[in-house]
Amino acid sequence: MLNKNVYLILIISLVFALSFWIGLNVNLLPAEASINAPIYDELFKILFIIGLIIFIGMTIAVIYSLFKFRKRNDQIGDGIALEGNLSLEIVWTIIPSIIVLFIGLYSYNIYDRMGGMKELNHNHEMMSSNTEKIWAGISQTSDSEIAINNLSIEVSAMQFAFLFNYPKGNFISGELHVPVNQKVSMKMESKDVIHAFWVPEFRIKQDIIPGQPTILNFTPTKAGKYPIICAELCGPYHGGMRASIIVEEESDYNEWFNKNKKPELNL
Amino acid sequence: MTISIDPQKTSNESLQPKGWLRYFSFSLDHKVIGIQYLVCGFLFYLIGGTLASAIRIELASPMSDFMPRDVYNQVLTLHGTIMIFLWIVPVVNGAFGNYLIPFYVGARDMAFPRLNAVAFWLIPPSGLMLVASYFVEGAAQAGWTAYPPLSITTPQSGQIIWILSVLLLGGSSIFGGINFIATIIKLRRPGLKLMQLPMYCWAMLGTSLLVVLSTPVLAGTLILLSFDIIAHTGFFNPVLGGNVVVYQHLFWFYSHPAVYIMVLPAFGLVSEILPVHARKPLFGYTTMVFSIMGIVVLGLVVWAHHMFTSGTPPWMRLFFTIATAFIAVPTGIKFFNWVATLWGGKISINSAMLFSCGFIINFVFGGITGVALAQVPFDIHVHDTYFVVAHFHYIVYGGTVFIIFSSIYHWFPKVTGKMLNEKLGILHFFITFIGFNLCFAPQHWLGLNGMPRRVAEYDPQFQLVNQISSLGALLMAISTIPFLINVFLSVRNGKDAGDNPWNALTPEWLTSSPPPVENWEGEAPLVEEPYGYGKEISEQK
Repeated sequence: MLNKNVYLILIISLVFALSFWIGLNVNLLPAEASINAPIYDELFKILFIIGLIIFIGMTIAVIYSLFKFRKRNDQIGDGIALEGNLSLEIVWTIIPSIIVLFIGLYSYNIYDRMGGMKELNHNHEMMSSNTEKIWAGISQTSDSEIAINNLSIEVSAMQFAFLFNYPKGNFISGELHVPVNQKVSMKMESKDVIHAFWVPEFRIKQDIIPGQPTILNFTPTKAGKYPIICAELCGPYHGGMRASIIVEEESDYNEWFNKNKKPELNL
Repeated sequence: MTISIDPQKTSNESLQPKGWLRYFSFSLDHKVIGIQYLVCGFLFYLIGGTLASAIRIELASPMSDFMPRDVYNQVLTLHGTIMIFLWIVPVVNGAFGNYLIPFYVGARDMAFPRLNAVAFWLIPPSGLMLVASYFVEGAAQAGWTAYPPLSITTPQSGQIIWILSVLLLGGSSIFGGINFIATIIKLRRPGLKLMQLPMYCWAMLGTSLLVVLSTPVLAGTLILLSFDIIAHTGFFNPVLGGNVVVYQHLFWFYSHPAVYIMVLPAFGLVSEILPVHARKPLFGYTTMVFSIMGIVVLGLVVWAHHMFTSGTPPWMRLFFTIATAFIAVPTGIKFFNWVATLWGGKISINSAMLFSCGFIINFVFGGITGVALAQVPFDIHVHDTYFVVAHFHYIVYGGTVFIIFSSIYHWFPKVTGKMLNEKLGILHFFITFIGFNLCFAPQHWLGLNGMPRRVAEYDPQFQLVNQISSLGALLMAISTIPFLINVFLSVRNGKDAGDNPWNALTPEWLTSSPPPVENWEGEAPLVEEPYGYGKEISEQK
């Protein structure tokens, strides 16, 4: 009996060790290029490790049962008439409940740190009127800051392109340029069907919906060129609906901005 | 309380065809209807599988070069619609439900045999209509979710035929659901208590409640969508002041429970198969029943987890995260109980057992990615990517379709009186299991690294992994060959099965194979312990 328990503990520790090793050493994610990305990857690692422990454990249990309890040729009759075990069943109700509750609270914390729980309607400089309601998005700006320092961009999506309007420079670009480490605040609206704005390296995505503006705030942390991908089926050329986001040093950005800037029209 | 319906007494009995022609008739026999569902569903599975192969051929190269882009969108729309509405839902509910439920409750037929036949005969015409819409002006191309405004702006005839077809299939599903509820509650033989029913009855009771509660919402939504398309109303059309997000809420109010409509019956079937081949009672019957009902209740309040990146406010995103994650608890109980059923048994390693164990492993994997996807911050990155495609194929293919095959190996002797060939069956299992995992496991990585779903073209750096996935799809296509050979050979020349080849205790085995029209020659047996393996009653058999 003691021997059996030693084996069980040994196997469980091996499953844990293996899961932690894989979880900490195997990277399945693309580069991290926004302040959201490391937060996301922290959550991913935790979920990955818990998932591996459960998956490897269950797989071992099934395959072990198939070998250990397989019917030998000479055997007849049935297995033990065990119809249940209440304490065991309570254990495997309570432990998963605790794990799920932990994951839920932890991911709330992660979502809050990403800015997901921030009020959406009071922090956008671009808001044309106070009556317009923003339904959805991710906002990293708290109320007190009122987004004065944000770079505001208006995004419009259509079949099959993104357009980025820089209101301060009074120009529209097909490429999104932003300075590194600058909070960017985007208000997005679609001209036709539903699209989505996704930058895998930033770990953020938000649908762009006709008739309902959404917002998406982010802060890039690494210079480079990353793809902007439409992630919602929008028609035959959906797979080709791409744009680029170019994260560059402040000076490079200013140079690009001043080159494209148009004088204000006097109407 | 119980009403006995005798199909022999139907007025036009002499006009009913005999032999194989029965399967092409408006038969009222629940066993004939069950087989009609199964064979019809399998034919649509072959069509849906052909479409899946076309998708994987297109995705074997990064360019859109195999078929025109709009045809590609039609193919993925038809693939999803056919696999869900014409293969999985009709087969796990209609086929096995019709065949088994009357046996399990000790009845001679379903509560409403004519409604039952109507429910089946709605399926072939609506399925054929859906497939034929390709030849009109092109089939629907807005995905099986048919989100407006895309579904309003794409060619109308395909979308309208799609709506009509899904409405008919939904109607068929509701008829079936009402029939199952009535049969399980009202047709139980005297003396048979609810808590003595085989687990599949509980699974079908829960599933049918979901069908009856949520399918009408889909029907209403699609009717409004068709008004937007034909009559230019503005329910979901933003140009006319409509709200596109409302459609998503209504659509997922049905279509998330639809996932449980596809997996709960599979949970029931595997609960019948494992105890028989492990020679052990089903572990934790009562907790299994409560888990099913828990999944039914929770399943109705989780729909918005499909909309975390859509127009949903933060509080809503959070509520649906918690509700969704908690479904893992009753589901987990069921999986632990199944492993505990295997533990200490005398397990026969045969095709039915292997497919059931493959189901457990695949579904645990899909369940884990499901809990991860339930977390808003996690989902925001991978929503609408290949990660999601991989996840739900692990649930509906690795889960439900594996159980459909397991069930075919398990009940084929009862239906035909012949055994299936075990060697071909085990070959079928290994090709399917390897092909399936090769096809879908790599797609998780694709999604995490930037490949959205429903695209005909992708970045060249994803080519190798996509080709591995396509190779897996090829194996899955090949895996149907040994299965079909096995079925055709065994129907003709299979080993005689006898009445009860597995020494099972559930009531369908306590009659001849194939069973007579009235199910039992005499009185229906009273089975108080359908899982009494290892006890004295199993010794007398």
